[in-house]
Formats: sequence, C-alpha cells, structure tokens
Amino acid sequence: MNNLNIKLRDPNEIMKLSRLGSFHQSKLSFLRSFIREFKDWNYKRNSFNLDKNGYGTAVYSFSKNERNYSLVCFAQHINPDERSDRVIATKWDAAFVLHDGVPTNEDIIRLKNNVPKQEVGRVSYKELTLSRANKSVRAFDHVVESLSIGKQPDRKLLNKVGYLYRTTAVYGSGKFGLADRFRIKDRKEIYGPFRLEMMLVYLVRQFTFDQVNHIAKYKNPDKAVELDADIARNLGIGNSTGLGMAPFIVNHPTLLHNWIYCREKALKEIRSIEQVNIKDLNIFKDCLIKSKSSINSWSTDSHYQNNKINSLKSDLIKFDKYLEKECPIGEKYLWNIVYIWSSKNLKDECLEYIVSMLMEPYDNIIEPLIDNMSSEEDEFFTIPAHKKVSDLKVILENNYKSIIRIDFNKKDSNFNFWFISKNKEEPRVAGRYEERGAELEQPLAIARDIKKLYEKIIKAKQTSVIAEFLLSNDDLRHVVRRAFIIDQFPYSEIQDNTIGASLVPIDMLRLKLSFFGAVKFDPRSDKWLRINMYQGAPLPHEMKSSNDTWVYNTFN
Amino acid sequence: MQSLSEIDTTSKRASKAAGFSWGIAEEIGKAIRNLELFGLSGIINLNLYLKKIKKTHPNKINKIEKENKNEELCPIYCGIAFLDQCKQLEVLSSIKFYNVNFPMLIVPFVSKASEVLGKKILIKFNKTSFLMNFNKSILSKNVDKQVIASVNEISIEFLENTNSFSEKEWKELYKLSEETFVEETESLKSKGAGAGLTDND
Repeated sequence: MNNLNIKLRDPNEIMKLSRLGSFHQSKLSFLRSFIREFKDWNYKRNSFNLDKNGYGTAVYSFSKNERNYSLVCFAQHINPDERSDRVIATKWDAAFVLHDGVPTNEDIIRLKNNVPKQEVGRVSYKELTLSRANKSVRAFDHVVESLSIGKQPDRKLLNKVGYLYRTTAVYGSGKFGLADRFRIKDRKEIYGPFRLEMMLVYLVRQFTFDQVNHIAKYKNPDKAVELDADIARNLGIGNSTGLGMAPFIVNHPTLLHNWIYCREKALKEIRSIEQVNIKDLNIFKDCLIKSKSSINSWSTDSHYQNNKINSLKSDLIKFDKYLEKECPIGEKYLWNIVYIWSSKNLKDECLEYIVSMLMEPYDNIIEPLIDNMSSEEDEFFTIPAHKKVSDLKVILENNYKSIIRIDFNKKDSNFNFWFISKNKEEPRVAGRYEERGAELEQPLAIARDIKKLYEKIIKAKQTSVIAEFLLSNDDLRHVVRRAFIIDQFPYSEIQDNTIGASLVPIDMLRLKLSFFGAVKFDPRSDKWLRINMYQGAPLPHEMKSSNDTWVYNTFN
Repeated sequence: MQSLSEIDTTSKRASKAAGFSWGIAEEIGKAIRNLELFGLSGIINLNLYLKKIKKTHPNKINKIEKENKNEELCPIYCGIAFLDQCKQLEVLSSIKFYNVNFPMLIVPFVSKASEVLGKKILIKFNKTSFLMNFNKSILSKNVDKQVIASVNEISIEFLENTNSFSEKEWKELYKLSEETFVEETESLKSKGAGAGLTDND
C-alpha cells in the first residue's frame, strides 16, 4: 500500500539525455534476465572443428523440451591490417549466427558461405541473430602464450582489457534475411527484449575461452593448461558500438517507454515499501560494496567519461557516509528517504546508480516487469485521425513542455543532422553547416519537428479533425504519430534536442547499453564507445546454480 | 528471401526518395509489408509506381467524397486519406475513385481501415475484388495480373457485420453443441453458486 502516494518520476526530468546517459545496468538488464530465464536450459558444445590455429567451425546450443537454439561460429585468419572494429570492415576474426533449431550439414555449408560476409551475405528465416567479433590481440595472444607454457595469464593485464574478443555488431529482427520478430515473438522464453542477441553474445564468450584453450593445447600438448575458471568468469565479451544504436531509441518509441517505465515503476514500488526488512537492507549494502570493485577498475581515456566516473566515486563516498551516519535505518519508507536524500545530494551519475542498486533485493518487484519490456509497436502505429486539432494541442503542451520552448531560429539548435551512410547503410551524425547531405536528413530531429507541428497546430482551426489537418500538413505526419504515441506512453520520447550543438550522441548509446546490462562504458570519441558484457557471469556449466548478483562478482 | 522487416525499411526509404514525406513513407513501408504478408504483389507495384512518379510527383487528394475524380489519382494519397477519414466515410456506405494508378497500392490502407472500423470492406476494380477482413486477411477474386497500371474506377463498399449462415443452420449447430452440457439435478441447483440467497436485498 502506497500511503505516501509516491508518483512515477516526471518524464521531463528523466528523459533528458544527460540523465539517460547516466543510467547503469540493473536487475532489469537484458543480460541478467537472459541468464535467469535460461539457467535451467541444457547447454551443449555440439561440435568444435578448429584447426591448430583455432580456425574452423563450432556449434553450441541451449535446449529445453522440444526447443533448441544453436550458435554456429566461424573463425578465420585475418591479417592485422584487415582487423577493424569499424562498421566499414569487411573481415573479422570470427563470425556468428544463432540458428533456430539444430542446423543440418546443408545449413552449416550455407551459413559458412554467408555468415563470415556479414552485411553482404544472406541468411534465412531459420536464423535469428547475426554477429562478428575481433580479437583483443594483446589479451588473446597473451592468454594463448601463457596457457601453452603451463601458466595462467596475468590477471592485471586481463583486468585492464576485460575480454578476449570484441563484437562489433549484433543484428536481429529481419536484418539481412534473418527471421522477422513476428515468427518467434510468442515464445515465452524470449518475451524479454533482445533475449536472442543476449544468448548469442553469451555463447560467443564461451567460444572465446574454448578457442584459447584449444590453440594453447595444440601449441604445446605436453605443457598446456586450461584457462582457470575464476579468470574466465571474470572475462566478459567486449563490444565496440557506434551511432547505429542511437536512432534505434528514437525509432522505437513504445519500446523505449516500456524500458523506462519498468525502471520507474520498480523505483516507485520500492520507494513505497513501508517497512524495509534487514535482509533486504543487507542485500542492498552488499551489492553496493561489491559493485565498487567494478567502478574502481573502470578505466577510460575519455575526459567526458572520467569526469562522470569521478563524480560517481566522490558521490559514492558521500552516500556511504550518509548510509553509515545519517540514514534513519528502521524508519518507515526507508527507501523513499534514501531516494529523496540522493536526489538532493548526488549528481545524476550516482543517483541513477543508487536507483539500480535499490532494485537488487526485490525479485518480486522486478521479475513481473521483465515480460513487459517488449512492445507490439504496430498496434500504436495508426494515427487516431478522427481526433480534434485541440486534442493534439493539449497533448503537445502536456508532453513536450521543454521542447516547444526551444528556439529553432538559432543556428546552434539546428547544428547537426542525422543521415544514413551510403557505404554501410549505417546512421551517422554530422554538422549541418560543414558537411554535405543535410537535404537527405533522417526523421530524427524530433524536437525541431514537434516545435514546427506545435506552431502549425496553434494556428489551425481547433475543431477540425486531424485527418483534415494532415491533408495539408503531411510533412509533419511522422511527428503527429509520435505525439499520439506519447499521449499513451509518456516515457517514449527523449526530451532534448537531438540535433543541437550540445548533443552528446554517446548518451543515447549509453541509455540503450545500460538496459542491455553493459558495464565499463569507454567512450573513444563522442560518437562511439567500447563496453563489456557478461563480466563476472557464470560459465555455462555453472548457470544452473548461479546467483543473479553475478555482475558484482568481478575480482578486480 | 527478403524479410518483412527489410521490405518495410526499403519501401519506406524508396518512397521518401521518390518524394513522399517521411510520415507518408512510414505508412507505405507498413502497407507494402502487409501486402507481401498477405501474398499480394506489393514490391512489384510500388517499384513501378515510384518509377512512374519519379519526375512528376502526383497531386494530393483533398477531402474524400462519395465520388472522387481527377485526371489521375495517386493510390497512396487516396489510401492514406481514406484510412485517416474512414470513421467519417463509413456513413457513405460506398465510395468511388476514378482514374487511379496502380490500384493494388490502395488495398493495404483499406485493409487497415477495416481493422480500425471493425467492419469488412469490399474493393472492386475491373473484374478483380478484394474482401478485407479486419486486416487479418484479404480474400481476393480474379487477380489474374500482378500489376494493373491504372483503372477507370475503384469501388469501395463498407459491409455490415452479418452472418454468412442462416438462423436455421446456427440453431442446428447450437443444438448439437448442447449435447456437451450436463442436466442439473435439484440437489445440484440447491448447492450451486448464489444458492440460498435472495437477490432482493
């Protein structure tokens, strides 16, 4: 019972890019919900046909009852000058595809001819996700070398890198011929978003361990040892990610809402707990303490990120003092008191960190939310064109308060434009006044177009229906649609100008990656970053007995 | 084989490139995806139509009336305007469009309108007809050509929700279904839910 009548946080506050770019992994994250869902599935390495250099084909699977998902891996030699994490690369150390079921020999041959080619290959409706990865050469070579002479690798070096391979794209939902979502969306085990992408990445991680063990054994059959399980567990899988992710959160408004809404609903329910029991308080404290080893080993050359990390570290010291000395343990609605103190005394980076931590003790609150984090987007696509112009005016004024105040006559407000690059069909952002191509701008300048819509709407006949308004304003149809969506889904829109001069695109990436469950955000510029996934996660044979707080198990 | 997602994205981008606004292009993407999902020739018709209008963009349609005439009508603008106005148009029972290019392209928008209204809608042009079933399926008759470049007349009829069977046939089937019921004894009636209470309280 919520006697305090705690409300969901205001979208105008939460949906600012600076706030979204301060989100951290949590119990809601897709990596963690994947492991919870699949922990009782049967894991198997079905085949492992690699040569002495670790090149060849391997198949891994998860199965339960009649269902089977198989990761097919293709590892190949590439020259150092061919290795690039950028999307323009055409060759990778390894390529992967998640196949629906058990692949036949014909399937393997077909996939072998296509999967290593990635975007220029074709896969079929029998495949679910597609990816590729490059070695972190310094980590990979060091591990192989050490194992082959009977030694475990240097933990310090591995802690610094955090993984043996970096994926550079993970595709799903119909790309390059992959299965459309509608074919599989009713499977209960994949109700959570990106679950099959998470499965692919998890199995790739295991492939990287098996590959180093295999090469080391061939190199020195008498002396080689296997990678220690503690070291392996502490390694994740890296990912280099660019702007491809940024438009995703703009193009999927109801999905974005569902992610944020679940986070906000969880926080509201937690703040509404009248009596916090000591066991739950201790889980919170324990996760907070353990999580600090990950914060302390979070290393980046990015000035932007270092400022955020330093702010997080100093605020965590402040929070610890508060928890130890001022926090009224035993008081009713303790978490609400903690949250209110945090919101007044901590910066966004640490405030959102505490929000993630508050979720840790509450399986009962989090678990029911997971299934609500997908979206049937097509259901909300059709514009309710029978509604009145006055209805739309109210929606705009209620839901885009700060956006309709932006002055788009200023040059800085129109500074950037988003476009799709011709060579790899990937989204990019560029300076409108410096680069060519602004006439081919993508419809991602939502704030500007909403403002345009508002200016037209306030001058239009208020009793007209939207259908009539659209007859002469079809250039604004895309934002009319969005406005009717936000009316039902208040967290569906970024409440910032995504083409303004102060835009930091990696904030958009970080939002999405935090929901994935990524850690160690390492921006390499304001347009791309590296992250780590599954660091500390149980190895496949440990999944059944694993604890959901594995994310805090890193030993660095 | 192209996925429906690829069909949607490529149709949307191509339509924008051919001069439609982004909002209209989004509608076209979904429409072509649906046509292909229902086994109708979406890509072929869109491709040919976009080629046709590349140099001269078609005129937009104004408010839809019972009879809509122009030198040439764009199936996309007509289809989207029909979808947007379908709740107002329903009272007209039937609507006609004259001189429409690539009429197949109007079909998915009318199909969507069938879902919005919760009514079946019948489209006819030449000898071909399409029955829209709430955007769940489209039944077609006499579709002997994948592409029709233009038609003189399209008629659209809103169908009332009526049964496809007689009252007699229904009663016969219902009677048979009753054979799965159990006759209640007096004893069961006295113990059933709500038994023993007066509802006049």
